[in-house]
Amino acid sequence: MQELAVQFKHISMEFPGVLANDDVSLDIRRGEVFALVGENGAGKTTLMNILYGINEPTDGEVYIGGKKVEHFSPKNAISLGVGMVHQHFMLVPSFTVAQNIVMSKEPRKLGFLFDNKAAEQKTRELVDNYGLVVDSSAVVQEISVGLQQRVEILKTLYRGADILILDEPTAVLTPQETDELFAVIRRVVKEHGMTVIIITHKLYEVMAISDRVGVMRKGRLIGVADTCDMDEKKLASMMVGRPVLYDRLEKTGVPGEERIKVEDLHVLDNRGLPAVDGLSLSVRAGEVLGIAAIEGNGQSELLEAITGMRPIENGEISICGQSIRGKDPGEIRQLGLAHIPEDRLATGVSRDASVTDNLIVGRHREKAFNRFGFHQRTSTIERYAQQVYDNFDIRGAGLEVNVGSMSGGNMQKVVVAREFSFDTPVLIIAQPTRGVDVGAIEFIHSRIIEKRNAGCAILLCSADLDEVFRLSDRIITMYEGHITGHFKASEISKEEIGYYMTGDRSGEEAVYEK
Amino acid sequence: MDDFLNILGSVFSAGTFNEMLRRATPVALAAIGGSLTEHAGIMNIGMDGMILMGAFFGVLGSALMSSAWGGIGMVLVLGVLVGLFFALFVVKFRSDEFIIGCALNTFALGLTTYLSRAIFGTSGAKGYPSLPTVDIPFLDSIPFLGEVLNHHSLFVYLTWLLVFVLWVFIYKTPYGFWLRASGEKPDTLRTAGIDPDKMKWIASVLCGILCGLAGAHLSLGYLNGTFAENMSNSRGYIAFACVIFGAANPSKAYLAALMFGFFDAIGLRLQDYVSSDLTGIIPYAITIIMMVYVVIRGQQKKKHAAKRLPDPAGKT
Repeated sequence: MQELAVQFKHISMEFPGVLANDDVSLDIRRGEVFALVGENGAGKTTLMNILYGINEPTDGEVYIGGKKVEHFSPKNAISLGVGMVHQHFMLVPSFTVAQNIVMSKEPRKLGFLFDNKAAEQKTRELVDNYGLVVDSSAVVQEISVGLQQRVEILKTLYRGADILILDEPTAVLTPQETDELFAVIRRVVKEHGMTVIIITHKLYEVMAISDRVGVMRKGRLIGVADTCDMDEKKLASMMVGRPVLYDRLEKTGVPGEERIKVEDLHVLDNRGLPAVDGLSLSVRAGEVLGIAAIEGNGQSELLEAITGMRPIENGEISICGQSIRGKDPGEIRQLGLAHIPEDRLATGVSRDASVTDNLIVGRHREKAFNRFGFHQRTSTIERYAQQVYDNFDIRGAGLEVNVGSMSGGNMQKVVVAREFSFDTPVLIIAQPTRGVDVGAIEFIHSRIIEKRNAGCAILLCSADLDEVFRLSDRIITMYEGHITGHFKASEISKEEIGYYMTGDRSGEEAVYEK
Repeated sequence: MDDFLNILGSVFSAGTFNEMLRRATPVALAAIGGSLTEHAGIMNIGMDGMILMGAFFGVLGSALMSSAWGGIGMVLVLGVLVGLFFALFVVKFRSDEFIIGCALNTFALGLTTYLSRAIFGTSGAKGYPSLPTVDIPFLDSIPFLGEVLNHHSLFVYLTWLLVFVLWVFIYKTPYGFWLRASGEKPDTLRTAGIDPDKMKWIASVLCGILCGLAGAHLSLGYLNGTFAENMSNSRGYIAFACVIFGAANPSKAYLAALMFGFFDAIGLRLQDYVSSDLTGIIPYAITIIMMVYVVIRGQQKKKHAAKRLPDPAGKT
């Protein structure tokens, strides 16, 4: 029996109206990589926040290194050797790497002056010790997300952590950066005897990195197992509570006529810099074109331009053969386009409006729902909403609740349900399953493919490469507003595509040309 | 032509620069206080009210204790209380800082006007003990400079010291790093085991004290212990403009306050030639120009920074 790093004993955590953790007992062994998986809202992060002292459990006890935690605060947790890398990085953007790393335990001169030289010296020592290369004097807001994550890890190491919690660390990383992170994890575990707890919902990562895995569902710990005894399918069905059919989606039909055409498009970003720089693409009926790109490479601006939410500097976009020039988003929709926006809270739903209202947005003026141009046919609308609600398996407290009170997955289903029910020949889909749990992902994916098979032209953009691969017929990679590669989905691997996502590879041979 | 030279001569005389220092000081004191709250992520629009209360309670203390130092003591206590009051609503109860600031300003105007009339009568407070001016003997021997720098209220020199001390505090001590982190990314501090709200409380209280002293300088600094209604005369807003102009750096904010003081002093000189209503707007017009400059510079910086960015993944 190995020594235990952490013990949770009968932990319950109640937030107003929600039981986030329900009698969780879990042992983490010293020197292991433990993966904690579960759907969104399963209580993984809550449990880790308890370990890090951010939340105080309503009930139960936590032991760190055999010692009972008496009062819960990050300060106390840090002193007990717990370090946490949060999903959203806890770095001050305008400070340097060294200044961020030493925060709260700054080296001092004369007792009250910040010793910047010593801070950078200590950072360099850490870098040398752990092999996590990063420039100690660089300003954090000017380095990449991957490097920022290293700074986060170094920060916990500086504070003397030997138990490292990583909350969805790979969500923002490229496949290459993920590999590097995993190498780092293996190294700190092997060479420095650290214990690593990694929260994720990417199952292949669990298989790749962890020694043991714990599955949570609805606040409960469903099971703990050695990773080598598990596989992705077993894990997925444990997470959802029923078998998940991660089978290939049935794709039928042949591509028809061209529905989306973009020619030599130039679009600026919010700062007035080129975001899309001379891009051309076309999508035909009955096919899914996936865009694979790291966040911030112009894909968002591209979709905004196509849907009329961002002005076009130069170039031409046409939907079903008609130019969108001079048209507002509403008029572009009239051409036969529906749009699932990437940020459902900002542009997908109205949080304070009811489910019914959100399902009917954009159709208020249709004859079926409207009399004399101003009088809403309430009962017809309700009947319609109920039908959509059932069809799309939206699970919530009925049609009258505010969408803002629903879980991310159900909120997304509301958006998908609304947009799909327009029955348009063209669909623009961004991040269809961001922050959505496995069960809902499966559902949304099958609906998207249904649309494809029915002859819809679909342009898909997702930060989740698996998703892009699963749904797309063709894939383009974007880097700094250019297309850097163009492939048949079946002819390229995830590892290869990462290469095209991280730089301009023109001049090198692309696998597939249209 | 002679007239013009005369005007120039009087505008750029030692007297003007002496006046500049004196007039800049209350704005500067409030502005360095405002730099603290600004770094803590609090938009402190309530500085004007804090100054006004400082001015009144300075005179009141001076009157009650027959000593300017008594007045200063009262102002210090008041500054702490006002700072705590402000922080209670803004930091603890998370009210909108803009609303609380406005409320503080209107409250201060009403309170001081009422108390002033009730205690000192309609003509206001006059002739109570004020702070002595400081004479530095060797300075007098230096022409021009001596005239500009010497014979000021203690506050003028104290402000120089405070600007330096606060600059060191904000940029050179760990506490300053915590203060800035509490405004820029409070969760970072929280997960480091330090309560960001604590830094905000401290910033509010220090700002209250500094604004109080700014008011005390107005009422006790030169004129012998005088309080007039609405004595702050929007200096708190000017101070806020100085904070923004100086990017919350106390030394830059001080320079901005000096600029304000200079134009204020010029306005006074020009009164001999132009209508005083017209000269009165100069400092405020300058403030507007300053703000326009800040906006333009900010946009240029943004563009510049965007171009310098090496890695698209770092755009977040």
